[in-house]
This record gives sequence, structure tokens and C-alpha cells, in this order.
Amino acid sequence: MPEQVVTHQGSRETLSFYAVGVLFLIVVPLLNVLPAEDSWLHISDFRLNQFGKFLAFAILALGLDLIWGYCGVLSMGQGVFFGFGAYCMGMYLSLQIGKESVYGSDLPDFMVWTQVKELPLFWYPFKSFLGGFLGAILVPVLFATIFGFLAFRSRIKGVYFAIITQALAFAAWLVFNRNETRLGGTNGLTDFKQLLGFRLSDPSTQRGLYILTVLALAASYMLCRWIIASRAGNVLIAIRDSESRVTFSGYTPWMYKLFVFVVAAGLAGLSGMLYVPQVGIITPAQIGVLPSLEVVIWVAVGGRGTLIGAILGAVAVNYGRSVLTNYFPEAWPFILGGLFVIVVTMFPDGLVGMIRKLSERKKPHRPLIKAEGSTAA
Amino acid sequence: MTDRDLILNCENVVVDYDGFKALNNCNFSVYYNELRVVIGPNGAGKTTLLDVICGKTKPTSGKVIFDKGINLVGKNAEDITKLGVGRKFQAPSIYSNLSVWQNLDLSVKRASKGVFSTLMGRSSPTERERIDETLETIGLSDHVHDRAGSLSHGQKQWLEIGMVILQDPSLLLVDEPVAGMSDKETEQTGRLLTALSEKQAIVVIEHDMDFVRQIARIVTVLAEGTVICEGTVETVQANDRVREIYLGRAKVAH
Repeated sequence: MPEQVVTHQGSRETLSFYAVGVLFLIVVPLLNVLPAEDSWLHISDFRLNQFGKFLAFAILALGLDLIWGYCGVLSMGQGVFFGFGAYCMGMYLSLQIGKESVYGSDLPDFMVWTQVKELPLFWYPFKSFLGGFLGAILVPVLFATIFGFLAFRSRIKGVYFAIITQALAFAAWLVFNRNETRLGGTNGLTDFKQLLGFRLSDPSTQRGLYILTVLALAASYMLCRWIIASRAGNVLIAIRDSESRVTFSGYTPWMYKLFVFVVAAGLAGLSGMLYVPQVGIITPAQIGVLPSLEVVIWVAVGGRGTLIGAILGAVAVNYGRSVLTNYFPEAWPFILGGLFVIVVTMFPDGLVGMIRKLSERKKPHRPLIKAEGSTAA
Repeated sequence: MTDRDLILNCENVVVDYDGFKALNNCNFSVYYNELRVVIGPNGAGKTTLLDVICGKTKPTSGKVIFDKGINLVGKNAEDITKLGVGRKFQAPSIYSNLSVWQNLDLSVKRASKGVFSTLMGRSSPTERERIDETLETIGLSDHVHDRAGSLSHGQKQWLEIGMVILQDPSLLLVDEPVAGMSDKETEQTGRLLTALSEKQAIVVIEHDMDFVRQIARIVTVLAEGTVICEGTVETVQANDRVREIYLGRAKVAH
């Protein structure tokens, strides 16, 4: 009789997943290509590209949700892993510029002005697309494995973990800002021309990148769902609820934390890799303390502990930013901070929690959460 | 009986917290399939004793010999759990956001509890059957799909006992299981523990003397970190030192 309870991800969510997937994968690109440019249905190249960026961010948010929302470990350094992915792809793209660069040298422009005569050794793997692609995933994964092993094995938890990841973000920002790092310093990597022979300025290339991003997001979502639906997913929630009990049930919590931390880092790398060719620039400003904190806000706003919430939060907050910064560019940090405070204090389950509450008000109460039982005589 | 019949033998265990000896040369042993009750005034070291056995606290000195001569001192909690020591904490320690079924499923004894086997693992029919049986034993069959956090206090305590049973421990450590329970729940818990003691050794810490009388065969009295008396409820109650300790604190154990 008893069956594993799937707490909140029923067939309804699967259905909406396919519906939204088809919308973003097929309908949105078609609306970019088919309707006349002055039609109200038309989605401009600019908008499509912007959506692509938001959906890349959603992958980053999924990773954080896995470790923070489900396992209860707050990482304030996800921007670093995003940065690793972005820079790896950026290095490949920089080397693809070739003679088209401002100085007509084979070396990236910044190396010419900083008087670097030869390509540094660590740039060599990024001459090939495969190097850039694998690097974008493996560098964050390897780094997270080492960092996570040291932190989790030493039983660093809660606020302490949050603080050291924030310190990591700050350290990474400092390192990437230095010219001696040979990654373009403050200006970062930019002025990319082509990817595997496709011109990045071409709308069709951008459309292709958009579609790839949707596919990557769908795959990431399914990976996360698979993890969450497994017994290991339950262990993650169990660690959040009562870590000592997990230990006394024979599990080793730090290994589970390390596992999700590494998965989250891989997703962040993927996100960064998709971001760079769509946005056309990566600088240290995108990988420091603030961008890492923003990811936390996206997930909190969308609703942590729900995968849909992470995606929703990333898209909604970034869309809000793009609209609001047109009108009040200076006010954005205050709006973002205010939003965070409001969500944390009044809507701890974020947008998804609000939607769920509204839909439950209409329908008869679902028996999942019962009132306090009363066997007491 | 000889030492061979001992499932647990704590020898001269000392736990020293910066000069305060929570356990002071404590010698404590338990036979196979025994239901042992440990009583003692607050601060006697009862919970610390359980913490030392299950690996939560490292003793300053002493040995804890479990089963066939395995010294538990220095081993970590996960490994001690795998060897067959189950721990039920004083405050219900369950996974509030998982269902009753998921709580039990996570606790089932399995060959590997590593990340990858847990990621791939599905409950086998035998495991499902065992979980069903346990649900019946702890009286939560009607609550399989409920969120564990929504159970009553007594039900949470039983759920945790169920979780520990599914680990198949040969030694079960239970810390004040009936605190905060109604009389009826207390009695049910007593029957549950008595039934369980047919298959495994159980050590119960308890304050409630009615409950102790219901379940106890042999009672160990702990005070100031050492065992001062051991025997049946009657013997213990007749013991002068025990009377002194309890009466000295204006609390009669009768």
C-alpha cells in the first residue's frame, strides 16, 4: 500500500514543465522569426538575446537551490563557479578572434597592451572548442571538489560556510582583477567575433544559442529533479531538517553536501559558459561578492526548495531589473535589497509559495500537511 | 553470567569537561537482550553515558567494548551506527519535511549509505514489507503519507523509535522516551519497548518512576558520573545511598 510520497512535484508540475518548455523552445524563437517586425507578436533579437541570458542565469539559480534550498547550506560564492565557466568559454572565444582583433595580433588585445609577447601556457587548452567546453564544466567542478572537501570535512557549517564562500568570491574578484592573472584584468574578456565559425553578431547564431540555453536549462532541471526525487534527495532534505539524526542513521552528511556543492558548481559553470557568447563580455564585476549574492536573492524570491521557484526567481528578478533600470537606474540596488527583505520576512516560500497558497485557497485542502494529530488522550 | 554474555561493557569511562567530570570512572555493562533502565538525578551523567556509547562524545579515558570485543572509543558516529548501536534522542529528532514513510525509508539498514548507491537506490519489496511492519509496531500505519512535522509529540517519539528499529541495532539507546507523553501514550511506549527487548538489548534513561516500574527488570542508578547501585526496582529503592541522593535533593524515588 504505501508508496513513496512525492511531496510537491506531481504530474501537474511535469505537465507545466512540458508546456513551458515548448513555449520557450519553439514558440519564442518562432515569434522572433515569423511575425513582421512591427507586429505586436514579434519578439525582437534584443529581447530573445535577453531571454537567453535570463535562462542561463536560471541554470545558476537551480544549482544554488539544490544546495541551499534543499540541503540548507548557503553558498555565497556561486558567482565564482559561474565566473570559471564564463572565463573558460571567454578564453576560447578570445583566441577565436585571431587577426580580426584591434591590433591585428593573434594574441587577445589585452595581452598586446599589457606587453605579453607569448600566449601564457594555461591558455593553450582553450585554443580548441573542446578545451573551452570541458574547461567550463571541469574547472568549477574540480575547484568545488577541493574547496568543498576541505570545508565540509572540517564540519564547517551554516553561517561559517556562508562567510568563507563569500570570502572566496571576494578573493576570486581580486585575483581576476589583476593584470598579472593574464585574464584581461578589470576589463575582462570581450570583443568576441565567432564561435565554431558562426558569427556571434549574426541573429541566427544568437537564436541558436538561445535554443541551446533552453535545452541546457531543461536538462539541468531534469538532472536536479532526478536527484531530488531519489533517496539521496531525501537525505539532502533530512540534512536540512536534522543533521545529527542523519549521522545516527548511518549516513555521512559531509559527503552529501560535497556532492550537491559539486553539482551546483558544474551547473554554475554551464551557466557561465552559455552566458558569455550571448552577452559578449565577461569581467570580474560579474563574479564577485555582489553577483554571488544576487543569485541568493533570485532563489529566495522564486521560492527556495522548489526547482521551479529557482527558475522563476532568476527570470523574474532579472526581467524586473531590465525594466526598472530603464526608469530608475540608481534605485535598482535599493529595490533589490528591499525585495529581499520583503520576501524573507513576509513570503518565506517566495513566488511559488504565494502561487501555491492562492491555488490552495480555491481548491479543497490537500491532505499533505495535516493539522497537528491528536492521539493524546 | 560471564563477560561473553555482555553486549556492552564500559570500563572506567571518564568524560572531563575542563575539570567537571560528567562521567567519573563509570563502569556499566549490559547483557544481550536485556532491557536496562538507567535512573539518577539531573546532571548524573546519564545522557553523557549514551553520548559516549554512540560516538557523539569522545571520552577522556576508558573503554567501551561492544558486542564481540569491539572498542567503540575513537570511532565516529556513522560507523558505530553501522556496527549496530541505535540512538533515540530525548527531543524527537526526525525529518519534519519528509513524510513518515520517507523518514523510515531513510533509516532502513542498508549495505551502503554512500552518495551513489543512495542516488540509485530503490526500496526492495522486503524493505517495504519491513517498513510496513514497523509502521504497525509503532502505530503509525494511518499516517504513512503525512508530513512528519505535523505529527503529535508522542507520534514523533514513536516515529523516531521506528527509525531506530529499522537500523536493526543490536543495542538500542533510548533517552527519556515518555517525557511529555500522556498516560496512555506512556503505557503504549512501555509495551513497545518491552516487546522490542525480546530481540535486542535496550538501555532506557528515565525519570518517571511509574514508567520505570512498568518496564524495568534491572535498574542502574547513576550519580555524579558513576554507578552507585544496580538491581531490581525494590533493591534499588531500599538502598541507603540512593535514598540519600534523592532525599538530599528533596525528591523521593518511591
